[in-house]
Amino acid sequence: MDDDGIKSQAGALRSLRLERELRIMEVCGTHTTEFFRTGVRGLFPEKLSLIDGPGCPVCVTPNDYLDRAIEISHVHGVIVATFGDMVKVPSSYSSLGRERAGGLSLEVVYSPLDALELAAARPENQVVFLSVGFETTAPTEAATVLAAAERGIKNFSILCGNKLTPPAVKALLDSGETAIDGFILPGHVSAITGLDPWRFAAEDYGKPCVVAGFEAGDLILGVVTLLRMIDEGRNAVKNAYRRAVRDDGNVRAREIMYRVFEACEANWRGLGIIPGSGLALREEYFEFDAEKRFPVTPPPAREHAGCRCGELLRGLIAPTDCGLFGKACTPENAVGPCMVSSEGPCSAYYLYGGL
Amino acid sequence: MCLAVPMTIKRVEGNRALAEAYGVERFVNIVMMPEVSVGDRVIIHAGFVIERLDPESAREMEAAWDEYHRALGDDGTTGRPDGE
Ligand code: SF4
Repeated sequence: MDDDGIKSQAGALRSLRLERELRIMEVCGTHTTEFFRTGVRGLFPEKLSLIDGPGCPVCVTPNDYLDRAIEISHVHGVIVATFGDMVKVPSSYSSLGRERAGGLSLEVVYSPLDALELAAARPENQVVFLSVGFETTAPTEAATVLAAAERGIKNFSILCGNKLTPPAVKALLDSGETAIDGFILPGHVSAITGLDPWRFAAEDYGKPCVVAGFEAGDLILGVVTLLRMIDEGRNAVKNAYRRAVRDDGNVRAREIMYRVFEACEANWRGLGIIPGSGLALREEYFEFDAEKRFPVTPPPAREHAGCRCGELLRGLIAPTDCGLFGKACTPENAVGPCMVSSEGPCSAYYLYGGL
Repeated sequence: MCLAVPMTIKRVEGNRALAEAYGVERFVNIVMMPEVSVGDRVIIHAGFVIERLDPESAREMEAAWDEYHRALGDDGTTGRPDGE
């Protein structure tokens, strides 16, 4: 869309007059950031609030996952490979970054395949990849496990921390803790899942949902479409990101994901244990399970005093409601993951001014 | 973490392809989208093509806006989402 087009859409959004207060939730960390970065959040009409949901994979990863990763890293010869987002995230007692300064072998990779290549190049080491991420990322990790099996690479394993997003949205709705009028659904998660897994929110809970893309025009279109559905009382799932999301998603990616993983219960920061919301390796691929290969016992997990990431991820508070925000907790010196991750709501509010 | 970048396919070699964006080229894995061909715009996540960008649907977005503005019955600068 050209600049004039975007200006006109922006005007359309800004001048909407809502009859009542509306609260919509974005279920994607990338959306959290992009709503700020593009300035679209600043165009919201009066009475419209955007609530940040549990959509940043780094933020919802509980401390015990990183505690275990750090414990495994102490095993002789282990190299931990991870996406860069995880490096500075505080664990219960430390962080990967801090442990690296103390001697932990850490490789930041762009793709899980890079971690597999590292294992192939370093047969004397054990490479443990930190497998986190939602439905967008899990198929890439599954494909990497398949490649490891095919190539017979024995010194590669993954620490499963993947999560599935629709069960978390259902858990939020079941808790009834926060009023939500509709959802902006994650674009790239939906590119894999398609629309069907979201229909429960519209059909069983009466919440309209719109899949949105990430550019300014996409975000505005997503919000306007959602407001229109709320206004008309139309409870459905709409796709406002058709150029990248097919209604049935990426069938082959899901097939790869479920060939390697099966759904299991998982622990989410703030939301607790949610049935069917995690991914575990299937029995055929147990040999690639770092948790089984390295049976360590991490120290008991603990939370950081004063950090309200848990409530934030349940949509109960805004980052600015946390007493540590911008004072004891800043991106340079973060207390909780929501301030560390580039997609965390606290870091987005901090960087873009907390509109 | 779910950020995905658009690139253009330059060459396909077995289960990988050379993709380019802003003059930067890199190999990407295509097991999730093996039907890609040269010239396709794709989105890449963690080294994998996860979807092909559909040029038809890009035009649909424009159409969605046209429809919205028509429903408003004006130039889109005033009104309510239901078009009243
Ligand atoms: S500002 Fe910092 S301490 Fe407060 S909720 Fe966010 S990450 Fe946690």
